[in-house]
Amino acid sequence: MFTQNLNRRVFVKKMATSAAVVSAVSLFPGIVFAEEQQVNLTEDNLNWKKAPCRFCGVGCGLLIGISNGKAVAVKGDPRSSVNKGLACVKGYHSVMALYGKDRLKKPLVKKNGVFVETSMKEALDLVASKMSETIKNHGKDAVSIYGSGQWAIPDGYIASKLFKGCIGTNNIEANARLCMASAVTGFMTSFGMDEPMGCYEDIDYANVFVLWGNNMAEMHPVLFSRMLDQRQKRGIKIIDFATRTTRTSNAADKSILFKPQTDLAVANAICYEIIKNNWVNKNFVETNCKFQKGKTNIGHGLTDDFKFKDEPEQIDFDAFKVFLEDYIPEKVEKYSGVAARDIKYMAALYGDPNKKVVSFWCMGPNQHTRGTWMNNLIYNIHLLTGKISSPGNSPFSLTGQPSACGTAREVGTFTHKLPKGLVANEKDRAFAAKIWGVPVENIPDKPTHHTMSMFRALDRGEIKFMWIQVTNPMVTIPNLNRYRKGAEKEGRFIVVSDVYPTPTTDVADVILPSAMWIEKTGLFGNSERRTQFWEQMLTPPGEAMDDGKQLLEVAERLGYGKYFQYSKENYAEEVYNEYTQFHAGKKHGMAPLEVLKKEAGMIWPFVDGKPTKWRFNSKYDPACEKEGFHFYGNEDGKAVIWQRPYEAPAESPDSEYPFWLNTGRVVEHWHTGSMTRRISVLHKAVPNSYVELNPEEAKELGIKNRDRVRITSRRGTIVMLASVNERGVPPRGQVFVPFFDEHFLINELTLDSYCPISNEPDYKKCAVKIEKV
Amino acid sequence: MPIKSYIAYPVDGKRNELIMKIKALDSCELNLAINEEIFIVVTDTFSEDEDKMIYETIVNMPELKHLTLVSGFSDEEISN
Ligand code: SF4
Repeated sequence: MFTQNLNRRVFVKKMATSAAVVSAVSLFPGIVFAEEQQVNLTEDNLNWKKAPCRFCGVGCGLLIGISNGKAVAVKGDPRSSVNKGLACVKGYHSVMALYGKDRLKKPLVKKNGVFVETSMKEALDLVASKMSETIKNHGKDAVSIYGSGQWAIPDGYIASKLFKGCIGTNNIEANARLCMASAVTGFMTSFGMDEPMGCYEDIDYANVFVLWGNNMAEMHPVLFSRMLDQRQKRGIKIIDFATRTTRTSNAADKSILFKPQTDLAVANAICYEIIKNNWVNKNFVETNCKFQKGKTNIGHGLTDDFKFKDEPEQIDFDAFKVFLEDYIPEKVEKYSGVAARDIKYMAALYGDPNKKVVSFWCMGPNQHTRGTWMNNLIYNIHLLTGKISSPGNSPFSLTGQPSACGTAREVGTFTHKLPKGLVANEKDRAFAAKIWGVPVENIPDKPTHHTMSMFRALDRGEIKFMWIQVTNPMVTIPNLNRYRKGAEKEGRFIVVSDVYPTPTTDVADVILPSAMWIEKTGLFGNSERRTQFWEQMLTPPGEAMDDGKQLLEVAERLGYGKYFQYSKENYAEEVYNEYTQFHAGKKHGMAPLEVLKKEAGMIWPFVDGKPTKWRFNSKYDPACEKEGFHFYGNEDGKAVIWQRPYEAPAESPDSEYPFWLNTGRVVEHWHTGSMTRRISVLHKAVPNSYVELNPEEAKELGIKNRDRVRITSRRGTIVMLASVNERGVPPRGQVFVPFFDEHFLINELTLDSYCPISNEPDYKKCAVKIEKV
Repeated sequence: MPIKSYIAYPVDGKRNELIMKIKALDSCELNLAINEEIFIVVTDTFSEDEDKMIYETIVNMPELKHLTLVSGFSDEEISN
């Protein structure tokens, strides 16, 4: 037995040292230690198996050390081209999240307001009978499922097939709507196809990195380390363009701050400068781009009956040029707070024909009431300069979750989507029905509810049954007070599948304990189109069952068993083989399981045994049907340069609520902290949430570090500790609160406004007031 | 018997004194960077109390600018 002996202590000490060495390397590129210990992590008793990390969209390859049925060690997989042996503090401690004391092991059913333990069989019987009863009494669209970018690919696929293909409702959404829907609509409107054209290898070729509202040092730490490493080796430049000063700003070569929402204007001003200075790559633009404009004054989605449909119109280069006259840097400086010389500096970096530029972004431009527009505008800059789809020239939208791309986007676990194409397209429905083996009439042709609309429908009572898997909306939904009350109303039935108790399990009628990550076989897809497979390494505790299996059990009970004829032992692999039929071909072909089992993941399109690392460029992409660039997502093969103006957000500070509230994450915690807060070292490192204040304003308000502060918006109020001059420093007029702590539900204050095209909420901007308690 | 690792940032010009002081503590091991001022401290203690005491001792050293916890394993985690 692997006992607590000297060897084990020596080994754990090495792990602790390794973690510190790796952290130091990311903070001090090129640092050398007297004893290089991180390569010496070997232990005879351990069986090392590969898995992608489950704690962010970077998708690092990990090696998990298993001993006597327990995961006891983690190291970065040196064979993974994503992280090349590195991992961040969350990755290193990831296996500890499996062993929290209050892990859910038995199903619980709420009876007279109290949770009572039951068997899995009875709990699943109850879930199925409640679903049937709801459908019978209120129709198919009264039941819904809300999943996640942490669903493994087979889980999301089964959910989509069950709800759309069998039950016949498009009431399926995933929390990825809250983090990257604007990235999707950005890609779709500019290129007609989702997901980045480049890959992480771009980091090894670019000369300049512009980070648009993206605190990569904390949110994508391993990629940030790779950039710092390149700076050490090749002298690259990192520009942090953000609304507050963070660890990323401190490590960057230049930090440029802008006022919330004005990134729209600055991006246009960069385009203005590029055109004015003749930095446009004319040949590229003429051959590969077209110009369009859409509707303006498009609203913010604040009312339940809000609806929007864009109406694109062709324009020409001259009209685009005239439009940009409103965005002369000196004009934009006045409301963006960005000096005209800094706008010109960024434009010059993009415009320099001898510099390769990568733009990285994530939640800043995405969680934005003009999120789609912001994505379009960053593409505009890369398209005007022709810096796209080639090594080191990449507009690179990053994701937050380990399988936001792999499951939510590629499987299409959204109301309007199918694994390939849209529910609204007859051809796509027919194709899905054929692979699923279901009657095509089963799949409804109209999308129902996007995420905010789904929670509003639950509140109004149009949705009566909601099954929530691998996500914690009772912490994350904006304007939370309304939607929690909605979930708790009479006549709603909520099923929650999770691994720990959370504020969402609190509102459940049935809690199903889930198998977590390496307790099942699965696949994730990361930000660079890399699909990664892992095999089951551990037995789930108690009666915990993986999410896909829970869905299969309910499908069987609902009478749809014949559509899910997979073997019990190997269903995840069989589901993947069925699913890949959707994407077969040069444009999205996925690597077969034999390859994924051997390799540390594989990028799609996987064509003739090779990954396509840069799409839309005939040099690298066999799907191109012409020499040079071919944006084949659009019928005419051209990418769109969009005319998108600056428009104000839904709510801005005023005399009553004079501060902007921005929310986000910290490196130690994953999303709502339901897992990482159970890892003692991560919990101790950041035990509670806090509000970051500008140091001068804190002084003016008489607030010192760790003082109690009340934050109030039009929707809610919260008291928490002040953080002054610590990890992040907001400029005057702004405060920042991380959302990982369920004891401080900052989303009770945020506003449920969203981008009318992507329907993704804006978590970065609402108005609050601050008082010392 | 927790094990923890930290990155220690010495006050300018006080690195050697800080290293000597921490080295003198029984339950600490150091891994020194050879081209940067910072260094790694790994503590291996007998109890949570001792762990706390060691931490307090180090953070109160005047030669220390800052101590960042990187990794930590409790008794239970070590014996997994
Ligand atoms: S960077 Fe992301 S994927 Fe990589 S180890 Fe950290 S949390 Fe995991």
